Amino acid sequence: MTVFIIRRLIQALLVVFMMSVIVFFGVNIVGDPVYMLVSPDADQADIAAAISRLGLDRPIWEQYLLFLKGAAQGDLGNSFIFGEPALKLILHHMPATMELAFSALILAIVVGIPLGLYAGLYPDSRISKGIMAASIFGFSLPTFWVGLMLIMLFAVELRWVPATGRGDLGTFLGIQSSLFTLDGLSHIFLPALNLALLKISLAIRLTRAGVREAMGLDYVKYARAKGLSTRRIIFVHVMKNIMIPVVTVMGLEFGSLIGFSVVTETIFAWPGMGKLLIDAILQLDRPVVVAYLMIIVLFFVLINLVVDILYSILDPRVRLQDQGA
Amino acid sequence: MRKLTAATAVAFGILAIGAGAASAEKLTIGLASEPTSLDPHFHNLGPNNAMSVHIFDRLIAQDEKQRLSPGLAVSWQPIDDLTWEFKLREGVKFHDGSDFTADDVVCTMARAPEVPNSPSGYGTYLKGKEVIKIDDYTVHFKTAAPYPLMGNDISTIPVISEAGCAAATEEFNAGTAAIGTGPFKFQSYTPGESIVLTRNDDYWGDAPIWSEVEFRPITSGPSRVASLLAGDVDLISGVPTTDIATLEGNSDIQLSQGVSNRVIYLHMDQFRENSPFVQANGGGDIVNPLLDVRVRKAISMAINRDAIVDRVMEGVAMPAGQLLPEGFFGVSDNLDVVAYDPDGAKALLAEAGYPDGFELTIHGPNDRYINDAKIAEAIAQMLTRIGIKTAVETMPRSVYFGRASTGSPDGLPEFSFILVGWGAGSGEASSPLKSLIHTFDKDAGFGSSNRGRHSDPETDALIEEALSTVDDTKRQALLAQATERAIENVAIIPTHFQVNTWAAKAGLSYIARTDEYTLATGVVKD
Repeated sequence: MTVFIIRRLIQALLVVFMMSVIVFFGVNIVGDPVYMLVSPDADQADIAAAISRLGLDRPIWEQYLLFLKGAAQGDLGNSFIFGEPALKLILHHMPATMELAFSALILAIVVGIPLGLYAGLYPDSRISKGIMAASIFGFSLPTFWVGLMLIMLFAVELRWVPATGRGDLGTFLGIQSSLFTLDGLSHIFLPALNLALLKISLAIRLTRAGVREAMGLDYVKYARAKGLSTRRIIFVHVMKNIMIPVVTVMGLEFGSLIGFSVVTETIFAWPGMGKLLIDAILQLDRPVVVAYLMIIVLFFVLINLVVDILYSILDPRVRLQDQGA
Repeated sequence: MRKLTAATAVAFGILAIGAGAASAEKLTIGLASEPTSLDPHFHNLGPNNAMSVHIFDRLIAQDEKQRLSPGLAVSWQPIDDLTWEFKLREGVKFHDGSDFTADDVVCTMARAPEVPNSPSGYGTYLKGKEVIKIDDYTVHFKTAAPYPLMGNDISTIPVISEAGCAAATEEFNAGTAAIGTGPFKFQSYTPGESIVLTRNDDYWGDAPIWSEVEFRPITSGPSRVASLLAGDVDLISGVPTTDIATLEGNSDIQLSQGVSNRVIYLHMDQFRENSPFVQANGGGDIVNPLLDVRVRKAISMAINRDAIVDRVMEGVAMPAGQLLPEGFFGVSDNLDVVAYDPDGAKALLAEAGYPDGFELTIHGPNDRYINDAKIAEAIAQMLTRIGIKTAVETMPRSVYFGRASTGSPDGLPEFSFILVGWGAGSGEASSPLKSLIHTFDKDAGFGSSNRGRHSDPETDALIEEALSTVDDTKRQALLAQATERAIENVAIIPTHFQVNTWAAKAGLSYIARTDEYTLATGVVKD
């Protein structure tokens, strides 16, 4: 297993390196950041000074080599706009995104799996049909629209929770998060729900399909014949088997929750990495965009690894070996 | 004994409530764009400058119409051709209790252009100016040539304390160095989340009515409006034009509007015989018709500015006939908005030798000015109606401005016909004249945003003369004259002035500012 993990990490480095080439050159051929930065009052000399200070007067391959040199030492460059290291900015915004993604994932699991289980066990009941119909909406309605509707309903009309922002932070076990205060929880509820809707629908459908398939299989029949209680059959034997696809998909979706919560963060003015990224893209803050994508790539690779390890725990038949790929 | 304590507690309680009602007033503002730093010299950008006004005073203040008024300087005047004397306000204290003196001014002016990693600094305003301390409350600014805009330039520089001069940008963001003389003090700053300021009770000017102000960046327009409706914030800036009609009908909300210093205008390629986005009918090269003043005039006459204001801007704009709205220093009284006259425009086109028009592409940004892409589309339709078949291409500003400025293979402006805007930061007419109208001159720093490369020696001479005339009356006349000549030559085609809208909960209103700043001191109770 150690060898497996080491090999995977080396592969990850390779992926990150190739991504850096694509991202760096891709980002650098779009637009001109200088005119986004300088004041309109600046004259030609000021503009020229800004260009050379940002190193944009150098050929692009030279800029890339400088970037690589810095990256090897853990420096992904300074934000054009904030003047601070891009990595530091991203890490600073990461906790907000993490708690949002984490809350959304929990919601997806806590709400999605039981509903999916119910719909799978009683596929013909009206409630199940209602659940399945609702999950179609969860899939097809655009996030930004649902977000605004949630705000209009819960914040403007009912006034139950605030519309935007992150709220007070609490500290628990040395971690600062809005999950530890009431005010923070009231702030995170809407964005987490908005972000989770799609994942809840996904969890419902995966679980339902898995349950329906498993219930007809021989091992379930055999367990029944053996006289096991229905509860034990479902929660121990069936669940264990259907959890493999659910864990895989939810794991990968966690990556996308972290990486692409952009829309939700923008609508709810949530100060996370997604909002940082979209601002950086709009203002052409290239170092931040590049650093962000590098980190996201790293995340996906790591999550894949964790999913693989979870597999082997859930299903002893899966052994973590390198198949010579 | 116990009774006594209880009575005292009640008495104190009443006192506390009484005091609270008088002074503890919190204001929460939802901002459309967030400052990038609390270091007042880090980034010369609207949101940063607006935020720093709260904490740091300038030597000269700009009021809501950008007129200059005494700030930390009580007077400023030229004592000879090359020297301006600033008399400083006495008895002013910084938030940390230290006295404000000439030393703070000298070190501020030294630091402002020299902040490390600054994306865009304040050197533009301090070039060629030498600061000399005469005594504790007198400083001289010396220049190599007579310089009338000293007051305007100096009004852009936030004054920090001598202790802060050595501080790095991070120390300002952390609050330890964010020490000014302004009406509010630093309380906390969480980038992307909030900036909290508290009242400076020892302020030398009128103390603000708000004891605490929280600024929250909410960049998405609909979310900003929803936050106001939900009561999360008391005031928002940048109300989307599509929401104005609904908010007007809401009795819980009060709107405040005011014209800005920003003119939206069209620049036309006036320097290339073969302009890349101008073609004969059906394709094929022609000599750039935009070089002909009659064609430019025809375009201006073909634009129905009232329709743009009414339909595209939903009434929230003002038709423009020159570079700044009336009331600003240096505007001309003789210029009216060009009347909509499609028949006259056609006749002019025919006279210029284009009875059937030609083909043109208008380029514009789609995320920079209010409704920018829609305006470009409307203008294209209006021109097509007089025979100039106009295509529209809009793009994000991050791509647009680079291409519009230096996008061609030889580093010249790439487009033929563009929609742009200009906000006169100095609040007077020399700013657009110098940057948009004057001949592009790299060495002298003129015409830096002259993307049509209009060039007229006589206008240049008027602008340059104005820029070295210290006498206000004479300079005002020269600027007006230069503007008249530029409009006569159709150097650019102004279409409208942007009007900005703020929305507050009922009972509050905002004193609209031409510089588009959102200031807590401008929020008043009815």
